[in-house]
Amino acid sequence: MNGSDHGEPLQDDDDGVSRRGFLRCMTWAGTGVLWMANDGLPRSVGLSSALAATAPKPTGLTFLQISDSHIGFDRPPNTDVLATLREAVAKIKTLPVKPSFMIHTGDISHLSKEKEFDDANQLIREVGLPVFYVPGEHDVLDDEQGKLYRDRYGKGTKGAGWYSFDQHGIHFIGLVNVVDLKAGGLGNLGEEQLKWLEDDVRGLSASTPIVVFAHIPLWSLYPEWGWGTDDGARALSFLKRFGSVTVLNGHIHQIMQKVEGNVAFHTARATAFPQPAPGTAPGPGPMQVPAGELRKYLGVAHVNFVPGNKHLAIIDTPLA
Amino acid sequence: MARTETWRVAFLLVPLLAGAAAFAVDAPTNEVKIENFTFAPEAITVLAGTKVTWVNRDDIPHTVTAQDHSFRSKALDTNDSFSFTFEKPGEYAYFCSIHPKMVGKIIVKAP
Ligand SMILES: [Cu+2]
Repeated sequence: MNGSDHGEPLQDDDDGVSRRGFLRCMTWAGTGVLWMANDGLPRSVGLSSALAATAPKPTGLTFLQISDSHIGFDRPPNTDVLATLREAVAKIKTLPVKPSFMIHTGDISHLSKEKEFDDANQLIREVGLPVFYVPGEHDVLDDEQGKLYRDRYGKGTKGAGWYSFDQHGIHFIGLVNVVDLKAGGLGNLGEEQLKWLEDDVRGLSASTPIVVFAHIPLWSLYPEWGWGTDDGARALSFLKRFGSVTVLNGHIHQIMQKVEGNVAFHTARATAFPQPAPGTAPGPGPMQVPAGELRKYLGVAHVNFVPGNKHLAIIDTPLA
Repeated sequence: MARTETWRVAFLLVPLLAGAAAFAVDAPTNEVKIENFTFAPEAITVLAGTKVTWVNRDDIPHTVTAQDHSFRSKALDTNDSFSFTFEKPGEYAYFCSIHPKMVGKIIVKAP
């Protein structure tokens, strides 16, 4: 598992996704995901391969996903989460093709403190791109359950901070599934947000590529650890008629990917610390790794969209 | 952190008080440990008037939130504690509002 392994883009086969590429993607650990929307369904590639000559040449919209910065966390395996975020930012700045914008899929901060948000912003701003955020559960820990987050990031959003926008013919939807969680349950979107979503996509033609991003996975990835969203299936039911739907999440600090019909699901690495693979530890807390290995488990994602292609290409790139 | 220190002092007092008063419930049952994303023990029984203390031993923050909202901690960082005194008999179901899969119960009996 080294950087050069990630040089090959996922190849389409009959069902639209390469099994080999899929498995390869599952074994990556890391920092950022480069999303490439080549035809509606995203493919992911690590940042290191995006930087390499072997990376698919982006010809359409390219945007970047970072996640789970957890600024304020200061324990093993990463006592300097600012340093790893700084490295992720540096990597993004060296991309040969400048992405159009970034999305941050939540857990910007560890404890929802002003200073944590400040520190994160100061670094992320250096990328020089517009950034679209959704909150993670760590961003809404203040007494008013996310007021601090909404004051900073919530301009023009609805409810707890959800919104949509259009770029390059793609309809992007940022959802919030980390507030008003119910005892015994998983992530939660709630009636108000679901109603808004249904209305939001009603007027769109079925050929409009859709990209949904939210912190907690919208699919039941591993409910035993809370890795899923109780009403995620209802949200997806509103998107059934669309030919290309891409769902981008964070929260689990590792790459997981699956394709179901027209819907591609993908989770990004964190920039802060890795978490164990489902069921491989007593709980989903930070996974301890040797100091020299940490950066292999952190990363960002890069996404490229080319009109006419069914799948977006996603490049997951580890920090090292 | 000043808050953590205060709680630690309060926590040390619990066994002393329990030893001094014959009717007190055993000290260990007044503490709920938060570890590996679980409340342990998941259910405890105490007498009315007992102060229960939760201590977070995880590297990730958690909360202690009553389902009926009768008590609610702030986000507890590693080694932070939260205490609540249960005055009225009854069953108090609670959960972690950040990780709602985490649930627990305090059963309060009349003294
Ligand atoms: Cu929790």
